[in-house]
Amino acid sequence: MEPNPNLIQRYTPSERSNHWMVAILFFLAAFSGLALFHPALFWLTNLFGGGAWTRILHPFLGVAMFLFFLILALRFMHHNILKSQDRQWLKQIKQVIANEDEHLPPVGRYNAGQKLLFWVMVLCMLILVVTGFMFWQPWFAHYFPIGLSRLAVLLHAFSAWVLIAGILVHIYAAFWVKGTMQGMLTGFVTRIWAKVHHPLWYKEVSDNEKQS
Amino acid sequence: MTNHWVDIKNADLILIMGGNAAEAHPCGFKWAIEAKKHRGAKLVVVDPRFTRSAAVADFYAPIRTGSDIAFLGGVINYLLSNNKFNAEYVRYYTNATYLINESYSFADGMFSGFDEAKHSYANDSWQYQKGPDGAPYMDPEMQYPKCVLQLLKQHYSSYTPEMVESVTGTPKEDFLNIAEMIGECSKPDKVMTILYALGWTQHSVGSQMIRTMAIIQLLLGNIGMAGGGINALRGHANVQGITDMNLFGANLPGYLASPSDKEPNLQAFLAAKTPKPVRMAQMNYWVNYPKFMVSLLKAFYGPNATAENNFGYDWMPKITGAQDVLALFEQMHQGKLNGFFCQGFNPLASVSHKAKIGQALAKLKYLVVMDPLATETSEFWKAHGEYNDVKPEEVQTEVFRLPANLFAEQEGSFTNSGRVIQWRWAGQNAPGEGKGDMEIMALLFTKLKAMYADGSGAYAEPIQKLHWPYRIPTSPSPEEVAKEVSGYAMADVLDPKDPTKILAKAGEQLAGFALLRDDGSTACGNWIYAGSWSQAGNLMARRDNSDPSGLGQTLNWGFAWPANRRILYNRASCDVSGKPWDASRTVIKWNGKAWVGNDIPDIRADTPPSESVGPFIMNPEGVARLFAIQGMKEGPFPVHYEPFESPLEANPFFPNNAKARNNPAARVFKGDGDNFGKAADFPHVATTYRLVEHFHYWTKHSVLNAITQPEQFVEIGESLAKEAGIGHGDKVRVSSKRGHIEAVAVVTKRIRSLQIDGKLVHTVGIPLHWGFKGVTRPGYLANTLTPYVGDANTQTPEFKSFLVKIEKA
Amino acid sequence: MSSLDIQRRSATTTEPPQARHSVEVAKLIDVSTCIGCKACQVACMEWNDLRDKVGHNIGVYDNPADLTDQSWTVMRYTETEQNGKLEWLIRKDGCMHCADPGCLKACPSPGAIIQYTNGIVDFQQEHCIGCGYCIQGCPFNIPRLSKKDNKAYKCTLCSDRVTVGQAPACVKTCPTGAIHFGTKEAMKDYAETRIVDLKSRGYEKAGLYDPQGVGGTHVMYVLQHADQPQLYSKLPDNPHISASVQLWKGWTKPLGLAGLGLIALGSFFHFVRRGRKVAEDEYAAREKSLATVQTSQSDQPPAERV
Repeated sequence: MEPNPNLIQRYTPSERSNHWMVAILFFLAAFSGLALFHPALFWLTNLFGGGAWTRILHPFLGVAMFLFFLILALRFMHHNILKSQDRQWLKQIKQVIANEDEHLPPVGRYNAGQKLLFWVMVLCMLILVVTGFMFWQPWFAHYFPIGLSRLAVLLHAFSAWVLIAGILVHIYAAFWVKGTMQGMLTGFVTRIWAKVHHPLWYKEVSDNEKQS
Repeated sequence: MTNHWVDIKNADLILIMGGNAAEAHPCGFKWAIEAKKHRGAKLVVVDPRFTRSAAVADFYAPIRTGSDIAFLGGVINYLLSNNKFNAEYVRYYTNATYLINESYSFADGMFSGFDEAKHSYANDSWQYQKGPDGAPYMDPEMQYPKCVLQLLKQHYSSYTPEMVESVTGTPKEDFLNIAEMIGECSKPDKVMTILYALGWTQHSVGSQMIRTMAIIQLLLGNIGMAGGGINALRGHANVQGITDMNLFGANLPGYLASPSDKEPNLQAFLAAKTPKPVRMAQMNYWVNYPKFMVSLLKAFYGPNATAENNFGYDWMPKITGAQDVLALFEQMHQGKLNGFFCQGFNPLASVSHKAKIGQALAKLKYLVVMDPLATETSEFWKAHGEYNDVKPEEVQTEVFRLPANLFAEQEGSFTNSGRVIQWRWAGQNAPGEGKGDMEIMALLFTKLKAMYADGSGAYAEPIQKLHWPYRIPTSPSPEEVAKEVSGYAMADVLDPKDPTKILAKAGEQLAGFALLRDDGSTACGNWIYAGSWSQAGNLMARRDNSDPSGLGQTLNWGFAWPANRRILYNRASCDVSGKPWDASRTVIKWNGKAWVGNDIPDIRADTPPSESVGPFIMNPEGVARLFAIQGMKEGPFPVHYEPFESPLEANPFFPNNAKARNNPAARVFKGDGDNFGKAADFPHVATTYRLVEHFHYWTKHSVLNAITQPEQFVEIGESLAKEAGIGHGDKVRVSSKRGHIEAVAVVTKRIRSLQIDGKLVHTVGIPLHWGFKGVTRPGYLANTLTPYVGDANTQTPEFKSFLVKIEKA
Repeated sequence: MSSLDIQRRSATTTEPPQARHSVEVAKLIDVSTCIGCKACQVACMEWNDLRDKVGHNIGVYDNPADLTDQSWTVMRYTETEQNGKLEWLIRKDGCMHCADPGCLKACPSPGAIIQYTNGIVDFQQEHCIGCGYCIQGCPFNIPRLSKKDNKAYKCTLCSDRVTVGQAPACVKTCPTGAIHFGTKEAMKDYAETRIVDLKSRGYEKAGLYDPQGVGGTHVMYVLQHADQPQLYSKLPDNPHISASVQLWKGWTKPLGLAGLGLIALGSFFHFVRRGRKVAEDEYAAREKSLATVQTSQSDQPPAERV
C-alpha cells in the first residue's frame, strides 16, 4: 500500500506494542494496587478474582510492567534528554495549559512536559520495583528488616500515587492533543500535527525524507 | 514428704536445694508461688545452676555439686553457735539430750566401728548409754559432752563459713545470708520448708544429705509444723505409690522388710523386726509389726495361710544379698541372670553407665519389656548409628515387647509426693493390643498356675497357694486389688477390751490399721494404706476440697496414708503442754480431753500431754534422732565426703586421710573402681538433670514436648566456654571415663565457675532427656557418662556428680 | 462472638454496630511468677490444634526459636545482671491485643482483622489475602504468614473460649498461676497487688506494662523492671504504630485518592473549558498570523516552522 503522503511515522510497530504492553500492565497493576490502597476501591479486587488473587497477581503485573517499561525507557531515553530550551518551555507551562502555544519555544520529538513525565515515570518505576520486593509476600519480604519494609510500603504507595497521577495527565494530554492517540495507535501522525506540536522533530524527519 | 503439696503455701521460707521444683514439679510448685504471693514467703535456691526455680527466687546461691553436706553442716554450725534453734523442741522432741556410748568416736573422717575389709560399720558404739533398766541416760541441760547436742556441736564445729566457701564454692556472704534466713525460722511462728528431690538422692552420700537437712529442720522445730517438714518431691506422679508398695527386692509393701536367709521362720523374722520398747509410756508403733506382716501374708495366701503353716511365710522368697538395681545389673553383667522382666522401666537409659547396662542385657537369654513405648531398652541390641553403636549379630538375647497401657488409659490410684492417694479413671482405652500391667501379670500368672496344675515342677506351692480371688482371674479389676490392699476381715474382728464387741464382721473392709490382727483374722495388702477403701467406700475417690482451716488440710479429698493424716508427726506442732507453737498454723491441739484440730493426730487422740508421749512414734524412744543410732551405713552424723569422681584429690575436711575422701561405706563393684575418672583427664564437674519440657525418656515420644525442647544440649558457663573456645550453639563432645556424648552447647551466665579449695572448677550441665527412640532429634543417653556407684544406703546411682571433659566436636 | 460484638473491622471506613456494650477483658502475665515451663505453648498448640516443626536447639532455651504460624506464643529467655544480681527474665511473647491495633490499621482486606468490643483482636483467615501488611503494622512483631496457605496467624486470645465464658487455654494451663484472665480493670487491680509485693522484695521499679502508645493492651505484663521493658527480650519501651505506617494508612490515603480524582476532574474541566488542541486548527491559525507577520515584518520564513 502506498504510504499516505500526509502522514509520517512516529512509532514503529514494536514501539507501539511495547507502549501498549506497558499501558495494559499499568492498568492491571494500578487497579490491583488501588484495590489494596483504599477500602473504597477494594471492589476492584473482583476484577482479579478476589483479594488473595489480587495480592498474588499485583507484584507479577508490576514486575512485568517494569520490565516492559525498562525496554521502552531504553528505547526512548535518548529522546528525553532535557535540553536548555526545555527550561523555557516549562517556564511557559501556563501558556501550554491555556492552549496558547504561539510563544512557546519550538519543540523536538518530545516537549519538556513529556520528558519530565518520562523521567518521573522512570523514577517511580524504579522505586516501585525496588520497594515492592521489600514486602513481596511470601518470597522476599522476610529478607528485609521490618523498619525498611515499613518505609517501603510508604514509598511504594507514594510513588504509585505519583505514577498514577502522571499517567492520568499523560492520558489526558494524549486525548487533549488531537492526533496523539492516533500516533500511538497507528504509529502515524499527520504532518500538520508534527509541524505544530513537534516542529523540530518534523524538520528532522522531513530532512531525512529529502536525503532519501 | 512429711507434709504435702498444698501445705507448702504455709511456709515463711522455702528452700529449694537438691532439686529444681519449678522444672521437675511445675504443678506442685504453684504452692511455693502461693506462699510468696499470700504469705510473703521468701524463696531461696541453692543449686549448681541458676535454674528456672532460681528465676523466681528471692535469693540464689551457687554450690558445687555433691558438696551439700558441707553447706548444710555449715548451717548447723551457724544455728548452734548463734543459738538459733528451738530449745524446747530440741530438748523434748529429739534425742539431743540422750547420752551416747563412751566408745563412740569420730576422728579424721571416720566413725568408730569401721571394718576396712568390708567397707562397712558396726554400729555398737553408736548406741545410747543405758541404765540398768534399759532406759537411756539423758542430760536435760544438754551440756554433758557425750550428749547428742554437744556431739552435734562438736561434729560440725569445723564447718565454718570459710570452710563452706572453700568446699562448696558458695560465697561466704551468700552462705551467711541464707544461714541467717534459716535461723529466723527457729522462732516458733516462723517456719521453713525444704523442697528437695534427686539432686540429693543421686549422690554417694545422698541419704546423708537429706539427714543433714532433717537435723536442721529438727533444730528449728519445723517438723510436724504446717508449712514445714522435710519434703521429697517425688520424680513421678505415682513413684510414692511404687515406694509404698515396695516393688523392690529388699522390701515388702508398707516398708516391711523382705524375709532373708537370716530369718528362716516367721518367729525369727518378727523377733528381728519388731523393736523393743525403750521408754515405758512411749507409743512405739512398730510394735505392731507382726500384725502388719501376718495380715500381708493373709492377703498373699488367703485361706491357705494358717497359724499352723506360719501364714505361708515359708512360701515367701528369702533374699540372700543386695537387691538394688546396681546389684541386679552387676549380677546380670556377670552372666548370673537368665531372664529379666522390665516393667515400666527403661534401664538402658535410666541406670548408670549405659555401656555396662548394654553388656549386661546382652548376657540375658531373654528380656521381656512391658511398656507403652518402644523404649531404648527394648532396642538395646539394635544399631542406632553413633547413638547406640552395637553389633546386633553379637547379641543373642531374645527380646519380647509387650505393649502396656499408659497411666491415662488405666483406672486406679495415684499416690503423690504428699502421700495423698487419689483414685482416677481411665481417660481412654489403650490403642492396639495394649493391655494394663495388671492384666498382663494376671495372664502370665494364670498361665503359670495352669502349668503347675498337675503338681509337678519345682516350688509349685508358692504359685498354687497364692490367693487369687478375682472375678475374672485373667484380669483383676483395680477396685478388687485396691480393696485387698486396704484390707478386709477374714473372720470377725473382735475388740480386745471387750471380746463380745465385733469391730468388723468377716468379709467387711477394715476402717484402718488399728484393726489389723496377727491371728489371721485380717488380710491387708499394705498396712499403711489400710482404710483407704473402708466400709464407707473408696475414700481415695473423694473430691471434697473444703478447707475449713484455710491451711489446705482438705481431709475429705482423697486419702492420705497413714490414716488419712496429712502432716506427719503433727504432735510436734504443739509445745510440750499441747499448745500450738503458732496458733495461726494450728494443725492439732490438746483441748483438755483430746487432741483435736485440722488433721488426724499423730498420737493416740486421748493421750494427755502429761503422759509425755513423744511425737516421733515410729522410733521406740519417741523422739527424732539427731544422732542416728541405727539405719545409716556411713555413720550417725552426716559427714562431707567427696563424690567418687571429684576434682579434689582429697577431702578438704580430712586432707590427710585418703580413706575419708569418699563415702567409706559405699559399695564399689570390682572393675567399676577402675572406671572412675581422674581430674587430670576429666577436669570438669558434671551433673545430670531434667528439664521442665520433658519427662524422663517418655515425652521425647510426644510431638508437643519435642517441639518445645527438640534437641540434646549441654550447658556450660561463660568462662569455660571461653577457655574451651566454645560458642553458643556449637556442637560439643562431652566425655567421661565411661563414654562420650555429643550435643549442642548452651553457653550461659547461669552456670558459674567456682573457686574450690583454691582451684577454679567448671560445671557442665547435662539434661538427660534424649535417646535414640522417639520424635525429638536423636541424641545420646546421658547415662553413657555416669558412674556405677550409688548411695551407701539406697544404692541410688551417683548421677549428680561426676567428672567430664568437654571439647568442640 | 457475634457481629454485634465487633468494634472495629479492617479496611472499613464506616462505623461498626454500637448497640451492644461489653466489658474489656485482659490477660495479665505476671513475669515474676513465670517459670518458663512452656505449658502455655503446649496448651496453645493443643487447643488450637497446631503442631510446629521439631526444630533445633540454637544455644538457648527458646523453642520454637520464634513465633510462627504454628506457634502463636513462645517463651523468650533473657539472662541479665541487675544490681549485681543475675536474673533470668522469662517472657511469654504473643499478640498483645492492642486497643489501637497496628495490624488492623494496616490490613487492606475488609474484615480480615476485627477487634471485638471486649478488646480481642482476631484475624479472620477467610478474608486474609496474605499481603503481610499486618506484619508491617504490628509494633510488637507478632503476626506470621503461613508458608502453606499464605494466611496470617497469631494468638486469638482464645476468642472461641472467651465467647463461652472460658479463660484462654494458656491461662487455664499455667501451673503457677502466672497468667491471669478477667476484666481489664480487675487485671489492673490484681497487678497492683503483685507490684506492691515485688516492691517489697526490692524491685523498686516493678510495674504494669500496658503501653499507652497503642492505647493500652489487652495482654499486659507485670514486670520486675517496668522502667526497662527492653530487658525482656526487647519488649518495646514505648510501642506505637510506626510513623511510616501511620502516614501510609492515615489521612494520606483519602487525600491521595481525592488528589487522583481531582486530577481526573481537572482534566475533564480543562477539556470542557479549553477544548482540544487540534493541530489543523492551530496550523491554520498560525498560517494566518504568519501571513500577517510576513507581510508586516519579514520575508524570511522562520526555519523551524517549515
